[in-house]
Amino acid sequence: MLDLWYDLINFILPFQWLGHNFMKNALLAVLLVTPLFGLLGTMVVSNRMVFFSDSLGHGAFTGIAIGVLVGGIKPLTALVLFSLFFSIAITVIKNKSRVSTDTIIGVFSSTAIALGLMIMSHGGSFAKFSSYLIGDLLSITPGELGMLFCVFIGIVLLWLAIFNKILVISINPSLAASRGINTLLIEILFSSALAIVVAISIQWVGLLIINSMLVLPAAAARNVTSNVRQYHLVSVLFAMFAGVAGLILSYYWNTATGATIILIAAMLFFSTFLLRNRFVD
Amino acid sequence: MIENNWHTCSHSESDCGRLCCTKIENFNVAFGNTQIFQDVNLHIHCGELTALIGPNGAGKSTLLKAILGEVKHSGVLKYFDAKGVHSGHPLIGYVPQYLNFDLSTPTSVLDLFTAYLTNIPCWLTSSQRIRERVSQILVKVKAEHLIDRRLGALSGGELQRVLLALSLEPIPDLLLLDEPVSGIDQNGLELFYNIVSDLRANHDLSIILISHDLNLVAKYADRVVLLNGTVICNGTPEEVFNDPRTRNVFGMLVQHNAQDKIPSNKEDSSC
Repeated sequence: MLDLWYDLINFILPFQWLGHNFMKNALLAVLLVTPLFGLLGTMVVSNRMVFFSDSLGHGAFTGIAIGVLVGGIKPLTALVLFSLFFSIAITVIKNKSRVSTDTIIGVFSSTAIALGLMIMSHGGSFAKFSSYLIGDLLSITPGELGMLFCVFIGIVLLWLAIFNKILVISINPSLAASRGINTLLIEILFSSALAIVVAISIQWVGLLIINSMLVLPAAAARNVTSNVRQYHLVSVLFAMFAGVAGLILSYYWNTATGATIILIAAMLFFSTFLLRNRFVD
Repeated sequence: MIENNWHTCSHSESDCGRLCCTKIENFNVAFGNTQIFQDVNLHIHCGELTALIGPNGAGKSTLLKAILGEVKHSGVLKYFDAKGVHSGHPLIGYVPQYLNFDLSTPTSVLDLFTAYLTNIPCWLTSSQRIRERVSQILVKVKAEHLIDRRLGALSGGELQRVLLALSLEPIPDLLLLDEPVSGIDQNGLELFYNIVSDLRANHDLSIILISHDLNLVAKYADRVVLLNGTVICNGTPEEVFNDPRTRNVFGMLVQHNAQDKIPSNKEDSSC
């Protein structure tokens, strides 16, 4: 399966930076994961969930620590499970209480990071976790690519099924409820999808900047679009462009791939911000 | 369209004065220790525009949300149609007071309708058929030219009409309108009341409207309910506006031109 991909790349893109198999793997990973960031990012930004998605990174941090502490299960499994728990807990409490959302997220986020730091620093072993802070896209394995492919399919199917309802809720929750939409269920599904994507990509993108991958392409797309279809198309294209360009540049500049991708996405944001009056009424 | 069948009226044996009605019985809402309102009993008749008035904090918007089932409340909501075919819980249309969306959101009026009315993912496709359908719906509220407009680029009055159109699809049994306190000019308000008034006549809808413009209420409403912690006063506009309790609450005389109005049903007035 992967050999086919390698041959294809050698045939159509015979460039020096794609000479190694780890770069071919990384390219495939970028092509699978950046569209998901572009898709989910649209509603993260529209629903003002930027702080929430940021906290998912913190939750994932604790997940890693717990995974290592417990042992026996793969760190990634612990990471995904804890992130799911974390995001569902925030969503449910946010819906059931009258405390403001950012306060709840702040409380969860700082609790998670404190817990994570305590576990990780126990016995002075913090250094071995530092790769999670920065991430390493080039370390991705064929097995992880297979998992990424499954997640990609799953998220796209979910987005086909629930996007309309998310949009309705984002415009007005009461209106959505009057239409018989189970707002809590939809919000849980959406935040779970976010948690899964953040959890599995954190080891490649890095905890410090993972949120920017969700926010920047969508925020840039908003500057130049005026309906949902354009918004999604441009957001996904921006995310993929930043991903591929960042991968290439990081190869030649010898910099961290995740950070390079984010920097390109940020430049897309600033340039579209300056041009926005030409596109949007 | 099935809409007309649902609302075709024949005489009924129910204790509703009209052909179909919605009954709100013993509604109570409290947030923690704060009682928002209590013992609210209302009969809302088909084909009538009931205006809900009252000072700020009287519980008007909360009452609508309780009827929607979004706010926890005690009491029963019952709906009776002409033949008892469609009794039970009414199909409710709702126009919220304001939308909490980000003004820069890239969502067009067409996107909003597609998302509400269909399961076709509007981020992926659009079809000419939906476009035509939405266009027809928007004609009802004189907003067909707004179909490709971004939500954030609509004026207060335009947004209110678009939301009204949305609440009419499918035609509800009970329409709840929460009017914005500000942001709509006088012409926009008149247009809105005109459209609502036509709807009441054409579709035999029960409408509850929270209003802040007492002159328009006097002109267009069939019944007025003064709410302030409970139902203070309930009757025709003349009855309610001439009642000393109303003057007490609003602290002023309300002008109204009752001559323009269709004579309305005076039974179960509590004033």
